[in-house]
Amino acid sequence: MVFLEGGFSSPRNDAFPAGLRVLVVDDDPTWLKILEKMLKKCSYEVTTCGLARDALSLLRERKDGYDIVISDVNMPDMDGFKLLEHVGLEMDLPVIMMSVDGETSRVMKGVQHGACDYLLKPIRMKELRNIWQHVFRKKIHEVRDIESLEGIESIQLTRSGCDLFDDGYFLGGDDTTSGRKRKDADNKHEDRDLTDPSTKKARVVWTVDLHQKFVRAVNQIGFDKVGPKKILDLMNVPWLTRENVASHLQKYRLYLSRLQKESDIKNSFIGMKHTDPPSKDSTASFGLHKPRNTMPDDVLNGTYSFSMSNSLAQSVDLKGQADRNGITSVPMAEPKGALSKDISDSQKTKSSQMSFDHSLGSVDSGVSFASFGSTNPSPYSWTDIPEIQFKQEYEPFQPENGFNQLPLPEPSMIEKDVNRSRTEVKPLFDEYRSNLVEHLSPADLVDLFPVQSKNQTLKNQVFNPISATKSSMKTKDISQNCLADSEFAQRNMNAAGIGVPLASLSEDLQICWLQGDGYPMNFALQDFECSEYNNPALIAETPFYLFGAPRFDHEHLLDPTEYFAIDQGLFA
Amino acid sequence: MRRQLQTMRKSLFDQGYLDEQFVQLEELQDDANPNFVEEVVTLYYRDSGRIILNIEQALERKPFDFNKLDAYMHQFKGSSSSIGAKKVKAESTLFREYCRSRNGEGCMRTFQQLKKEYATLRRKLEAYFQLARQAGPVETACRPK
Repeated sequence: MVFLEGGFSSPRNDAFPAGLRVLVVDDDPTWLKILEKMLKKCSYEVTTCGLARDALSLLRERKDGYDIVISDVNMPDMDGFKLLEHVGLEMDLPVIMMSVDGETSRVMKGVQHGACDYLLKPIRMKELRNIWQHVFRKKIHEVRDIESLEGIESIQLTRSGCDLFDDGYFLGGDDTTSGRKRKDADNKHEDRDLTDPSTKKARVVWTVDLHQKFVRAVNQIGFDKVGPKKILDLMNVPWLTRENVASHLQKYRLYLSRLQKESDIKNSFIGMKHTDPPSKDSTASFGLHKPRNTMPDDVLNGTYSFSMSNSLAQSVDLKGQADRNGITSVPMAEPKGALSKDISDSQKTKSSQMSFDHSLGSVDSGVSFASFGSTNPSPYSWTDIPEIQFKQEYEPFQPENGFNQLPLPEPSMIEKDVNRSRTEVKPLFDEYRSNLVEHLSPADLVDLFPVQSKNQTLKNQVFNPISATKSSMKTKDISQNCLADSEFAQRNMNAAGIGVPLASLSEDLQICWLQGDGYPMNFALQDFECSEYNNPALIAETPFYLFGAPRFDHEHLLDPTEYFAIDQGLFA
Repeated sequence: MRRQLQTMRKSLFDQGYLDEQFVQLEELQDDANPNFVEEVVTLYYRDSGRIILNIEQALERKPFDFNKLDAYMHQFKGSSSSIGAKKVKAESTLFREYCRSRNGEGCMRTFQQLKKEYATLRRKLEAYFQLARQAGPVETACRPK
């Protein structure tokens, strides 16, 4: 039994997980009744709700009144996924999705949107008994992620931060978490913001107002240069801690990337041809369910690209400006994935753009490059490796700025993706490109790095190239550099160096995953409490999906990390 | 009478009318909610009846709006899964397949079948609960293996 000490703000610490405050949302009254009974039997405190609207207002009313939300996917007044996003962004609560439909694509979508679990109806009691782990995990991750983000490798911090955990909690042998988090073990105790972990438990509610301040600060600093500390300073909110900002930033990035992807998809919906080269390569997969890619069978292929584009698009949008360029936070991961794969020949230039934008953004969040929705049918390594096939239909745009960060995670990864024949980068990113490129400044990389440190060298690899390639965005070379063999990489690189890297990174992650490196896990876990999704098995079957471009029907799973970026966008 | 009840119950499972979910409901029944199962079933029939009506109306409009039909059936299926209505669920699944393949004829046929199963189950369950009430407030079921 796990005892949390002071980690939870709720007063039921001692008996945890008993007394867990659950909010159940389902339009089916029969299920509502059943779930209520089941949860009560688990000794949880249950509140039921038949409408998503009501649920949201309940949550907003009592900011700290619930520990976890369980929601059905199909509801009349609001899409369950949307609710999921809102909850994740506004309240930062773990959300479990439910549905009678267990189709992989739906589940993926759930994960992409940030669900920490997806239950199939009919639901068993034993499934509900374990939901407390999501709450617990999230708490742990919050601490960990924030620290990582900050690049604070300070073990000390971890220590102090984790003292709470260690002492009070029976981490179930998870002491490694702190150590793991601080992978780099640099022990840079640099930022003492993360003072007392216990204090951070008070959940920060990101009101519209607060979020506005946040966004303003971000824009002021320049998306590519943001860091939690800077934002915090600018925001000038005394009670806000760096951790708060850091985790919010992660989400924001994910959100942006998701938006970007969506918009990318819309924009770049040009010819998402699957097999067609370049320009339109199935990038359309964004949101396209199996993008026309010729690789029809490979759902992964097609869909992944979406995520990327979307993220890119979103990032742009988020910038709050019409001009997409700003989307620095683009979930870089996405583009990468898609790009790499498809980018093989055609898209070299294009693809990179797209993904990079996203990648950059997402890097922080956790490198969820998964969004490879390569539209290209080319059978990506999905089968072999969870490569992300990004088929981005980017038009070959020459990234002016070079997405500098084409963080090509290990080229090897890319290789795997080799199939990415086409990473068409959507033209949408043109704007992005320029902007992104700029934004994808080293700062972004830095962001990425934190992740890395957390995760591992993997990231490092990825990021390194990015910085290097930063300026070379324009050239395909960048991609080349990053993406070793994959042409895709090249393509992607053109676009947003970062984007690509992310993708690659994601791939890398994936690959790692497959290989049991476990890297990806870290990334994804970043602040995803859905770490459980990171189980390799899952990864194996679904290439990392880039940011959850939920919009994409391709329903690829987004790497949880990526998803975070998208999350951020929700506020916007 | 208990034995009768048990037999009736067992046959419901053996004949495929109910599945494991029903057992879950039975396990939830306790002193705090001594009639839990019956309450849930009643709730189910009330709520799902509404969905059936919607589907019927939708089937009257030509051409069929398959997406809508599919959505309704998805809802219905979810509901039916709550009480473990096995046969009904199976028909729902089939109906959705027909929706996806845009087979109007198939939809109609399946829907008729579904309604039959739906009604049959209701009858059987009503009889079962009635007997259960007569048999007394005792654990009515030994969980089937």
